Amino acid sequence: MNLGSMMRTGLVAAGLLAGATGSAFAQGAPIKVGILHSLSGTMAISETTLKDVMLMLIEEQNKKGGVLGRKLEAVVVDPASNWPLFAEKARELLQKDKVAAVFGCWTSVSRKSVLPVFEELNGILFYPVQYEGEESSRNVFYTGAAPNQQAIPAVDYLMANEKVQRWVLAGTDYVYPRTTNKILEAYLKLKGVKQEDILINYTPFGHSDWQSIVADIKKFGSAGKKTAVVSTINGDANVPFYKELGNQGIKAKDIPVVAFSVGEEELAGIDTKPLIGHLAAWNYFQSVKNPTNEAFIKTWQTFTKNPKRVTNDPMEAHVIGFAMWIEAVKKAGTTDPDAVIDAMIGIAVPNLTGGLSAMMPNHHITKPVLIGEIQGNGQFDVVSATPLVIGDEWSDYLPDSKDLIADWRKPMNCGNFNVVTGKCGGKGK
Amino acid sequence: MLFLSPLARLLPALASMLASALIAATAFAADLPALVGSLTVGSFGDRETAIGALAASGEQRAAPILEALAAGQLYVRKADNLVLIGKRDGNQLELSEAISGKAAGTGSEADLDRVRVNNRLRGIIEAAIGALTLMSPDARVRRGAAEALFKRRDASSLAALDLALAAEKDPRIKRSMSEARAASVLASDAPAAQKLEAIALVRERADRDSLGVLQATASQATDPEVKAAATAGADAVRQSLAAWEVAQNVWYGISLGSVLLLAAIGLAITFGTMGVINMAHGEMVMLGAYTTFVVQEVIRTSAPHLFDASLLIALPLAFVVAGGIGILIERGIIRFLYGRPLDTLLATWGLSLVLQQAVRSIFGSSNREVGAPSWMSGAFQVGQINVTYGRLWIVVFSLIVFVALIALLRKTPMGLYMRAVTQNRPMASAMGIRTPRVDALTFGLGSGIAGLAGVALSQIDNVSPNLGQGYIIDSFMVVVFGGVGNLFGTLIGALTLGVVNKFLEPYAGAVLGKILVLVFIILFIQRRPRGLFALKGRSVE
Repeated sequence: MNLGSMMRTGLVAAGLLAGATGSAFAQGAPIKVGILHSLSGTMAISETTLKDVMLMLIEEQNKKGGVLGRKLEAVVVDPASNWPLFAEKARELLQKDKVAAVFGCWTSVSRKSVLPVFEELNGILFYPVQYEGEESSRNVFYTGAAPNQQAIPAVDYLMANEKVQRWVLAGTDYVYPRTTNKILEAYLKLKGVKQEDILINYTPFGHSDWQSIVADIKKFGSAGKKTAVVSTINGDANVPFYKELGNQGIKAKDIPVVAFSVGEEELAGIDTKPLIGHLAAWNYFQSVKNPTNEAFIKTWQTFTKNPKRVTNDPMEAHVIGFAMWIEAVKKAGTTDPDAVIDAMIGIAVPNLTGGLSAMMPNHHITKPVLIGEIQGNGQFDVVSATPLVIGDEWSDYLPDSKDLIADWRKPMNCGNFNVVTGKCGGKGK
Repeated sequence: MLFLSPLARLLPALASMLASALIAATAFAADLPALVGSLTVGSFGDRETAIGALAASGEQRAAPILEALAAGQLYVRKADNLVLIGKRDGNQLELSEAISGKAAGTGSEADLDRVRVNNRLRGIIEAAIGALTLMSPDARVRRGAAEALFKRRDASSLAALDLALAAEKDPRIKRSMSEARAASVLASDAPAAQKLEAIALVRERADRDSLGVLQATASQATDPEVKAAATAGADAVRQSLAAWEVAQNVWYGISLGSVLLLAAIGLAITFGTMGVINMAHGEMVMLGAYTTFVVQEVIRTSAPHLFDASLLIALPLAFVVAGGIGILIERGIIRFLYGRPLDTLLATWGLSLVLQQAVRSIFGSSNREVGAPSWMSGAFQVGQINVTYGRLWIVVFSLIVFVALIALLRKTPMGLYMRAVTQNRPMASAMGIRTPRVDALTFGLGSGIAGLAGVALSQIDNVSPNLGQGYIIDSFMVVVFGGVGNLFGTLIGALTLGVVNKFLEPYAGAVLGKILVLVFIILFIQRRPRGLFALKGRSVE
């Protein structure tokens, strides 16, 4: 028997074996699930984790026998932090691999880039990251926070509890910080904050020399009114920013910084002792104590074979999104996109903070808003928690969008319905 | 608060220190356990009241309890509701009873409820501790207490300050205390004459905190005279701060310039003197930073006492690692591409991606923590400028590297060969210099210096696979601006760009500032294509 035929026999045997064990649980071909997260380039730092969590969730689901009696199979692609490549890879997933649903994207640019592809090919995308809102697509389910589920409650907390009167809105220069700051500015003015008490500052991606900006913040904060920084600084730039805050002796009790993009994962690269008391607003913290979360953390650390591996908010969003999709597929009895999209609305699954999150007709979900203070061990101590908040896709504080609502139930079936004119198709998209 | 109870008179220990006896007296009347108990229940608002009550008790023993509360070390045992202070010791907590201070063994966090605090409470606690520690025998503690009260500017601390001022001997602390008193007076409803006096005192301080106090007074005062004095005071302070701000921008500019210099100086060798467009230069910097990370990891696990020397150990290693890889790159790729700049550019760019991804596969994509040794942490004040030790050492280090490099090129045979080969290759070769070897060593030297830069940059930037990308464009800008092939040009270029950047940033913002600098360089290169300091003579061609 030569090597080739030996291998062939082996393969056939393996195939038979796999078929035999497989058929005990699942019938038919596996259901493919697309994972569209950057595994290289600048965003790999955040997105690789989400790919891993999806692989874990799929593995766990397969242990339970998959769904509809079929196994799930992950199809991982790498869009390499390159926005046009996101669209290409999305097309590949939908057309070539014929995946039933895609879990992916991090930055808003990448989501905007894949949006037309999902609408054209009628795919399903689960988007797990907090974002600026002002969008609702029939083919996208937004499991991250809308501004009213993160930014606005954080500002409310600072106003009520720390009596903040002066605001620095600091962000990286791209669409999420700009839109969020626009909403926040409008909201603050509505609350009676004067223009001179708001300082808006943008920095490029990966900004590393924060000396003069931090000095500026210090200067702005010495006007005799309590000052806070609302930070939409993204990704890598955060580490040197926090280091500089510590260097220049800005303590949380003098000028607190509340961040919307800094979670457990980002803090893993810094010594957090000088940062104790600075805040972050999320819908999930690893430090939340309840059995569901503890079980999840344990599974995750076992899966990654790293007992110190942290969990974070976008991971929870994928956990919720994936559980919802499974429920919707069961309810629809098929993976056909139209049936699943219709079945999604109204599905409620347990989140990791001890409540139930439900999919709303605007394709956003209900979540509690938690405000946490950074601790010396890189974790957050929850100082405030709201009841469940419904994600508001069109902000009530921007003139262009305050009259718009989204409702993907029949008969409205519209992502930007203008309640004043009574027509579908308002401003924006 | 000054009420002297008969009980206190009977206690001989307290009688010796009259002032503390005065404060401590009422504490015995109030019930400390009840006050401490009220700290641990209710909402943040209730806790605020409880802290106020505890501070007003004047009880010395309250200070460590409040300190523990602020540090998140105050616990309530679930079993018997006993209030404990827990210090972390590995996975266990070393416990002591909050009120008596007696040791209470160890316990795990699962059996205890931590008393939660937020920022606001931490601030209130600091002021409360300030009021309690104004009479501390330790001069530094007294001074810190006075500073905390100045920032807090709360009318309720006046009584404690008056008492402490009367007892204080040290003139500098006395000064801090009277400033804190002035700030408290301004927050109280004292008569206008007292407030005017206070304004004069605060105005002399002339720093950011005093500006805050004056501006708050100016906006809140009802008396027109006080308002005018506060406004005038604030203006005067602002003016003196504006002068400091210029000095501060210069310092920040030099600091940014030194970072640019470190990143660019290796490139000044490979691109400047050899003419190789090395897009993987940034990755050499990154390798240096990762070498530092590895060195620190090894030290953490095997010899923690050497931690302060970790950067010094990392320096030669980073030089060898980056330099060695540089030589490999030169021997493996670049030597086949001399005279073909476009091919070199593409090849080295591809190489930079390979190196990034390699590091990502080995170390993972998340940031790695590189700690600062104790001699690089912290900051000191020069007038109103805050100088951090980390930045200061980076400036010093970049200058040392620069001088060493100049000396190497000017004073050693190796430097002579390098200059000879770059100036006239055929002639150098004819003189018996092995030019390929010199090429490899020159490239290795440039890469090694980039590795050194990585050690320094690990202190201020993310240690991630993308570290180098952020510096490559800036480095090319510095070298082109300063004049290709001229090391002094690189020095001046880096410092100029740093200072210009820092002066533009406050006015134009960081994004526009960067664009303006780029436009400026493009225009400058139009006028002087060879940069600031052009090489003259035949060697240029």
